[in-house]
Amino acid sequence: MAISILNKLRTKKGLFYLLALLLALLPLMMSNFYINLLGQFLAFAILVIGLDLLWGYTGVLSLGHGIFFGFGAYVMAIYVTIESSNGAVPDFMLWSGMSELPWMWVMLSNPFAAIALAIIAPMILAFILGFFTFRNRIKGVYFTILTQALVLVTVTLIVSQQKFTGGTDGLTNLSTIFGFSLSDPRTQTVIYFITLALLVGIFLFCYRLVNSRFGKVLVAIRDGENRLRFSGYNTSYYKILVFTISAGIAGLAGMMYVLQIGIISPSMIDIIPSIEMALWVALGGRATLLGPVLGAILVNTGTTYFSENYPDLWNYFIGLVFIIVIVFLPGGLMSLGEKISKKWRNFNAKRTNTGTFPEKNS
Amino acid sequence: MEGIIAQIFNGISLGSILLLIALGLAITFGLMNVINMAHGELIMIGAYTTYVVQTIFINYFPEGLFDWYFLFAIPAAFILAALIGLVMEVTVIRFLYGRPLDSLLATFGISLVLQQLARSIFGAPNVGVQSPELLSGAVEIFSMSFPISRIFILILVALCVGFMFYYFYKTGNGRRIRAVMQNRDMAASLGISTRKVDASTFAIGAGFAGVAGMALTLIGPIGPTLGTAYIIDAFMVVVVGGVGMLLGTVAGALGIGVFNTIFEYFTDASMGRVLIFVLIILFLQWKPNGLFSINTRKLD
Repeated sequence: MAISILNKLRTKKGLFYLLALLLALLPLMMSNFYINLLGQFLAFAILVIGLDLLWGYTGVLSLGHGIFFGFGAYVMAIYVTIESSNGAVPDFMLWSGMSELPWMWVMLSNPFAAIALAIIAPMILAFILGFFTFRNRIKGVYFTILTQALVLVTVTLIVSQQKFTGGTDGLTNLSTIFGFSLSDPRTQTVIYFITLALLVGIFLFCYRLVNSRFGKVLVAIRDGENRLRFSGYNTSYYKILVFTISAGIAGLAGMMYVLQIGIISPSMIDIIPSIEMALWVALGGRATLLGPVLGAILVNTGTTYFSENYPDLWNYFIGLVFIIVIVFLPGGLMSLGEKISKKWRNFNAKRTNTGTFPEKNS
Repeated sequence: MEGIIAQIFNGISLGSILLLIALGLAITFGLMNVINMAHGELIMIGAYTTYVVQTIFINYFPEGLFDWYFLFAIPAAFILAALIGLVMEVTVIRFLYGRPLDSLLATFGISLVLQQLARSIFGAPNVGVQSPELLSGAVEIFSMSFPISRIFILILVALCVGFMFYYFYKTGNGRRIRAVMQNRDMAASLGISTRKVDASTFAIGAGFAGVAGMALTLIGPIGPTLGTAYIIDAFMVVVVGGVGMLLGTVAGALGIGVFNTIFEYFTDASMGRVLIFVLIILFLQWKPNGLFSINTRKLD
C-alpha cells in the first residue's frame, strides 16, 4: 500500500500534486510580502505550462509570449483602473488632452468582458499570426524571429500610443477589484489561492491534452513533421490551434500577474522578458510540464533574492547557467533528476545482482 | 523633388546601417544557421573598441593626428570582435550546429554575460565617441545637404559588401566555406577541415559585427545595450532576403530601409514599424523562403 502510493508520487502528476500541496501550505508560514511574490511566480508558472505545450511538445518556439501575457495584463489593468477611479478619466489621458474614455476602455469597464477579453484577445492575435505563418510552411526558425518582431512592434505601439496605454510608465493606479482593496493582504491571499487553483487546473488540462491522441500528434509534429504530413495530417491546423491555446493561457497568466504586482509597463513584456520565459522552460525541462513550473519558480526566486544583493554576479551567473543548460543539459533540471535516479537504479541493480548473475567476462 | 531625393537618401542610409549589421548575420545565420543573439553584443564590442582607440589617440598622440583614429579603429574593431566570436564558437556554438533554436537561447545567455562585462568595465551609462572632423558636417549638392558621416557609412558598407563577395566567391577559403555550408559530409570527405572552416567563418561574421559597431559610434552615443536595439531588425533583413544569399541580404536591407522611411514619412515612427511588420508577413506569404533562396530537393 505504502509502496504503491510512493510509486504514484514518483510520476509527474504525483510530483505536481506534492508541489501544489506545498504551495498551498506555504502561505501559513510566510509573510504577506512573500505570499504576494510567490503568487506572481505562480502566474509565470501558468504561462510556462502553455509555452511548454507549444515548444516542448510541438517544437515551435514562440518568443512572443511576453506580448500575450501583456495583453492579459493590460486588459485586466484597464478594468481595474476604471473601477479604482469610478470611471473617471485617468491622469495620463487628461495630460494628453482627452476628456473622456476611449471606446476600447468603455468596453472593458464591464468585468466579464474584461476577463473574457484578457484571454480571448491574445488568442485572436496568436491565431492571426499563426494562420499567416504556419499555413504556408514558413520555417520554424523564421516563425521564432517573427514572434520577436511582433514583440518589438507591439511594445513600440504601446509606448507611442501613450494616451491609450500610459506609454512607458504603463498603468500604475490599480487599487481595487470588485470592491476589494488590492493592497489588503487578505485580498492578496485570496488571489494567491485563485492563482494556485488556476495553475492546478491548467496543469491538469495540459496533462490530459498531451496524453491524448492530440498530444501524440503534437509530439509527432515536433519529431517528424513531414512524415506526419505524408500520413495525411494537416499539421498547420494543429500548430495554429496549439499556438492559440498557448496564447490564451499566457493571457490568463498575465491577468493574474497584474493583480498581484499592481503595475504593468511595456518593459515588463519586452523582448528580454519574453526570451527569459522560454529559458525558464528550458531550464526546468522541455516537454515535462512539471519542469517549466519548477524552472519559473526557481529562476524568479533566484532573481528576486540575488539581483537585490549581488546584481552584477547574478547576471554572470544566470547567463552562464542558461548557456550550460542549453548546451549540455537539453532536458533541463527534470532530466537531471532522471539521470541521477537511473544511475541509482543501475547501482542498486549491480549491487543486488552480484553473486546471482555473474558477468560473463569476469 | 528635393523632398523625395532627401527621403530616398534617408531610406538608403537607414538601409545601409541595417545592411552593415545584417552582413555578419548573413554569414552566421544565413550560411551557418546559427541564430546569434549575441550579435548585438559583438556590435557593442566594436563600438567600445572604437571608444578605447579614440581615448588612446587623445591621450598619447599629437592632436593633429586625432582625425585618423577611425582608420585604426576599423581593423581593431574587426579583430577584437572576431577574436571574441572565435572564443564563442570554440566554447559554445560548436555544440549547437543543427539546433538553431537552442543556439538562439544559448547566445542570449552569452549576450547577458557580455553586457554585464561591458557594464563592469565601462560603467552602465552611455559614453559618447567624438566624430572626427573629417566626417562631421555635410556636403551641399543642389542646395540639399547630406551628412558626411552617413555618406561614409554608405561607402564603408559598399566596401564591406565588395570584400565579402570577393572573399566568398573568388578565394580558396571562400570556396571551402561555401562547400562546407552546402554539403558538409561531402566537403569533409574531400579533405576540408570542417571544424576550422566553421570556426573561421563564425569569426568573420563576428568581425563584421565589430565594424558595424564602429560605424554606429558615428551616429550616436554607445552603451552596454547598444546592440539590442538593432538586432531584431537585422534578423528580419536576413529572413526577407533569403537565407544563404548575400545578394538577398543586400536587397532585403535596402528594401526595409526604404519602405521604413516611406511609411514613417506618411505616418509616424511607430506606425511605420507596424506597417513594415505587416508588409514582411505579407511578403512571406508570397515568398516563404525569402527573396532569393537556394533551390533544393531537401525537405527539412
